[in-house]
Amino acid sequence: MADKDVLTGEHFIHGDAACAEGGIASGCRFFAGYPITPATEVAERMARRLPQVGGVYIQMEDEIASMAAILGASWGGVKSMTSTSGPGFSLMMENIGLGMMTETPCVVVNIQRGGPSTGLPTLVGQADVMQARWGSHGDYGCIALAPASPQECFDFTVDAFNLSEIYRQPVFVLGDEVVGHMTEKVIIPPREELRIVERGKPQAKKEDYLPFDFKGPMPAQMAVAGQGYHVHVTGLTHDERGYPVITDAVQERNIRHIVDKIRKNADKIIRVESVFLDDAEVVVVAYGCTSRVARQAVEDLRSRGVKAGLLRLITIWPFPSNMIRQLAKQVKAFIVPEINYGQVAYEVERTAQGNAEVVLMALMGGSIHRPDEIEESVLEYF
Amino acid sequence: MKVKLREIVPFDKEAEEKAIQKDHGLHPDDKYLKPGRIPHIWCPGCGLGVVLTSFIEGMRRKGLSVDQCAVVSGIGCTGRVAGYLDMDTYHTTHGRAIPFATGLALAKPDLHVTVFSGDGDLFAIGGNHMIHAARRNVNLKVLCVNNFNFGMTGGQVAPTTPLEARTSTTPLGNAEPGFNLPYLAHAAGAIYVARWTTFHPRQLVHSISESLGKKGFTFIEAIAPCPTGYGRPNKLGSGLEEMRYYREMSQIRNGADLRDTEIRLREKIIVGTFINTDRPDFMENYMGKVVARARAKGKGKEKGKAA
Repeated sequence: MADKDVLTGEHFIHGDAACAEGGIASGCRFFAGYPITPATEVAERMARRLPQVGGVYIQMEDEIASMAAILGASWGGVKSMTSTSGPGFSLMMENIGLGMMTETPCVVVNIQRGGPSTGLPTLVGQADVMQARWGSHGDYGCIALAPASPQECFDFTVDAFNLSEIYRQPVFVLGDEVVGHMTEKVIIPPREELRIVERGKPQAKKEDYLPFDFKGPMPAQMAVAGQGYHVHVTGLTHDERGYPVITDAVQERNIRHIVDKIRKNADKIIRVESVFLDDAEVVVVAYGCTSRVARQAVEDLRSRGVKAGLLRLITIWPFPSNMIRQLAKQVKAFIVPEINYGQVAYEVERTAQGNAEVVLMALMGGSIHRPDEIEESVLEYF
Repeated sequence: MKVKLREIVPFDKEAEEKAIQKDHGLHPDDKYLKPGRIPHIWCPGCGLGVVLTSFIEGMRRKGLSVDQCAVVSGIGCTGRVAGYLDMDTYHTTHGRAIPFATGLALAKPDLHVTVFSGDGDLFAIGGNHMIHAARRNVNLKVLCVNNFNFGMTGGQVAPTTPLEARTSTTPLGNAEPGFNLPYLAHAAGAIYVARWTTFHPRQLVHSISESLGKKGFTFIEAIAPCPTGYGRPNKLGSGLEEMRYYREMSQIRNGADLRDTEIRLREKIIVGTFINTDRPDFMENYMGKVVARARAKGKGKEKGKAA
């Protein structure tokens, strides 16, 4: 069975399937989901693949239940994931909050389509960026990775599982319909070349063990069900023992911890790709499928001697604020093409602090940018 | 931006341990309760204490240790049960105890997972999860404490509130009939269905113990007095008087026709063990059929390759 979990070799598969393979290669053995276009293929792949590796696939009654089930499975000691798209992501928000509050590792793949509401079920969107960051009520830190190819769907899902284990919280793979349904070559490396973070076990005795640690920048070692630690896990504000304490003092510790573990480790979590940034005078900031078009545009411009650059966001969250702040002093403008009416563009504008102009190239959904449109926007500054 | 924060009040483990009452451990049930969690939050006269001790007694009778068990709760007065038990306990979101417990039970099939939650949590916001878990026959023991109202929020109408009953949101009487929970659980596929009141702790313990021995989805309704939320507007008196009411109105009828178990205001309440049957649970079907087929297929392929 074990040899079937990492399908080492070259594959010609779509992004949705690659997300599923990334999960299984990471050790995911529990998937709960609900059919939704354009993410259904992740679930379909899992339904076929998990039984081969002795894992559990279950189709729940809705996305609320799917999210709740993967949290439960994670506390059962099994790496778990779900996949969805906008409407389902909205329904998951409640239990995403529970996952943040209870510091439960798991992965949520969101293959974005056009919204709001039912919107464009079969067509692309990138408008769940802010929902990923702020969608559940209250404060928490957020990690979201945006793949731009089926290969990255595999790689980033692996990375998402690792980050979820390290920082003990739900981590998002924020794909989009174009990448999810795009079929390309995906290379799955040999098992020994994959870096997989396994979940450890607490070493402390029961009487000394604290299931939550709000002091440092890192979470406590997780004690899952059946290890004898008798952990109480609650969505209520809780102290280091996991006991509910409804006071402002404990709220300060609890919430600052779940925000700061991401905020204070942001430099370790942030992943970007810099293309021609060193001497760039205009920088395109893009992510997901849009970054493929942006790369084409920037390469075309460079071949014509135009000093354009590309800052490709791999993690949208945490946002690379320091980098943008520095770049803003060097460049004339940031061009932000995205398939929404302004989400990442606002972050860019905020962090540029007026030092560079910010141009939002917005599409409401259903199609992708053309390279020549982006080139035109860049050329306005030359 | 500059961020100004208040000074943190650090966690003081020693002080917290000192605060645990000195007599914890003297009562035989204390080993089932998390140290430092009592006194509980429930009102005087509430039936939850009886159901909690019945659960502990049911576990003990079944010979299960706290290490073999986990409890998952939703939100509400009953939702707070999880926080008192000294085992792996999960206090989840409103209505979502069952899907959370589904994940837990499927990821760790050797664990005895009990969902301990209220009627509002399980049948209003969580109703859909309840019927689907029963249909799937997930190996979960659902213990539903029914006090006929949303108690935690101050006594609002619930899907179990009988027609004409008064609550803070049905001040002129409820225009809706309540769910007949055992009938619903049975129709959805539960393999064990019982109803008792907190006036029947011996029978309740027996049912809990019996259900813990079943493999599949079991459902026990425990009717509990709520003098604060339900008793007062319906003139049922104190907790004790509400217990007296349940004693007078209850009629034990094991194996009763579940069409007759609807609860109406000031009419008899049929209690008993209604359903006790068996069918393969989710994991038996999944491992025995789905995973077995995947394994057989895999072997076939390997053979094919070798040839």
